[in-house]
Amino acid sequence: MSSEDALRQSWPPLRLTAPALVALGFLVIPLVAVVLRVPWSSFVSDLASTGARNALWLSLVTSSISAGLCLLFGVPLAWLLARTQFRGRSLLRAAVTLPLVLPPVVGGVALLLAFGREGLIGRWLDTWFGVTIPFTAAAVVLAQTFVALPFLVISVEGAFRASDERYDDAAATLGASRWLTFRRVTLPLAMPGVFSGAVLSWARALGEFGATITFAGNFPGTTRTMPTEVYLALNSDPGSAIALSMVLILVSIVVLSLLRERWLTGVSV
Amino acid sequence: MIGPGWHTSAVLALCMTFALSACSGDSRTKLTVFAASSLTEVFGRLEQTYEDRHPGVDVVISYGSSSTLADQIAQGAPADVIATADEQSLSSLARAEALVAAPQRFATNTLAVVTPPDNPAEITAVADLTGTDFVICDPSAPCGAGAEEVLRHSGVTADPKSLEPDVKSVLAKVTLGEADAGIVYVTDAQAAGDDVVAVAIDAEHNVINSYFVAAVRDTSGADDAAAWIALLTSRAGRSVLTDAGFGVR
Repeated sequence: MSSEDALRQSWPPLRLTAPALVALGFLVIPLVAVVLRVPWSSFVSDLASTGARNALWLSLVTSSISAGLCLLFGVPLAWLLARTQFRGRSLLRAAVTLPLVLPPVVGGVALLLAFGREGLIGRWLDTWFGVTIPFTAAAVVLAQTFVALPFLVISVEGAFRASDERYDDAAATLGASRWLTFRRVTLPLAMPGVFSGAVLSWARALGEFGATITFAGNFPGTTRTMPTEVYLALNSDPGSAIALSMVLILVSIVVLSLLRERWLTGVSV
Repeated sequence: MIGPGWHTSAVLALCMTFALSACSGDSRTKLTVFAASSLTEVFGRLEQTYEDRHPGVDVVISYGSSSTLADQIAQGAPADVIATADEQSLSSLARAEALVAAPQRFATNTLAVVTPPDNPAEITAVADLTGTDFVICDPSAPCGAGAEEVLRHSGVTADPKSLEPDVKSVLAKVTLGEADAGIVYVTDAQAAGDDVVAVAIDAEHNVINSYFVAAVRDTSGADDAAAWIALLTSRAGRSVLTDAGFGVR
């Protein structure tokens, strides 16, 4: 046994393990509490109710579209941040990360003021095309994309930075255009980061509540997503709220295990 | 082995946690009131009156949907008094023996349609709501249950665009111009002033909402809770309520 192994296997100091256990308990106990309170006898009927089915379906569809939009627009933005030099780039990065720390309700208010019927851009959408966004499923997607996009951009930008830029240079030397280099070299190398970014942004979109209820409102089948359903069910039918929470916890666990598998095995596509 | 430094920081962290929850630096005793959103203006004024009369008391009011507030108290939220826009939210608390005495009715309210000042959809009656972008409260809140009844009485079968979590959110969607109309309490319409135009709902189609108040059992502020309810039902309290558009008795 080497001395490093011996060091690793000795009892860890209490001043580290004690707070670590507190942290662990704090994170895990509330979830265990949900599991313990799930009304298993009515679990299936709670989930089969029209309201729950509509909300689950709407959540799955909108968060998938949001994750798609994040990929479509976020990957190019991440590339811009990682591979180009221009003045004000750090300012741009700060602007991109802002929604990450912004309270989602504030995001919802901002979206209303931008894309609402009387909003900065929404006003013209209404006048020119007769399109109004609030209270539609499109508003749900916008709200989710707004909060989820930074997750994807940060994750993918990190992956672009971590992959060796000399491969890009080699491709350029061989005569590849920047677009071809991006498509055949940069993107494939960053694929694990793109994958985990997509999953993270999808999960964030699935859990979105504050911006959604502020900007998109709440109507069954159009804008009432799972988190809103849970929030409202808690007022009228706590059992059903717990059952719905259980489903969201299960989905999150599946997502995390997908991510871990990718990270641990380091598979790149 | 835990060094003294660790102790100090742990104690400090705990102290900070408690200081935060006890609203640090204020030696006044605290009276916590949970109130339906539609009571915002009235309770704001009564808070002033109460604190003027009882300088040693800091009144803290939390507004929300009646059902949410009742649920929070059932879950152990530290409220001394709860005032709701319906009887139902309180009756579950009464059944659970969480209240000092039976809930007391102290005011009534009715609903009105509000539109943005320019009334883009030219709404002059509830029946005009069909085909417009209108919003109401979620039926789990008293204002939503009432609004659904008004729509039914008026023969409006069109769906609202959104079921907002409480009455102030409905008002916000209208004042921001995002909805053509909303159904709120007449008192909210009055409080919003020039930000909205109120369209009265005729009495035969309208509903009357009763407001109830009760003191919560086993709180440290029992005397102040009783005094708050006394103020609310006093002549002064009633005049604040009528000024705001509520009915009393």
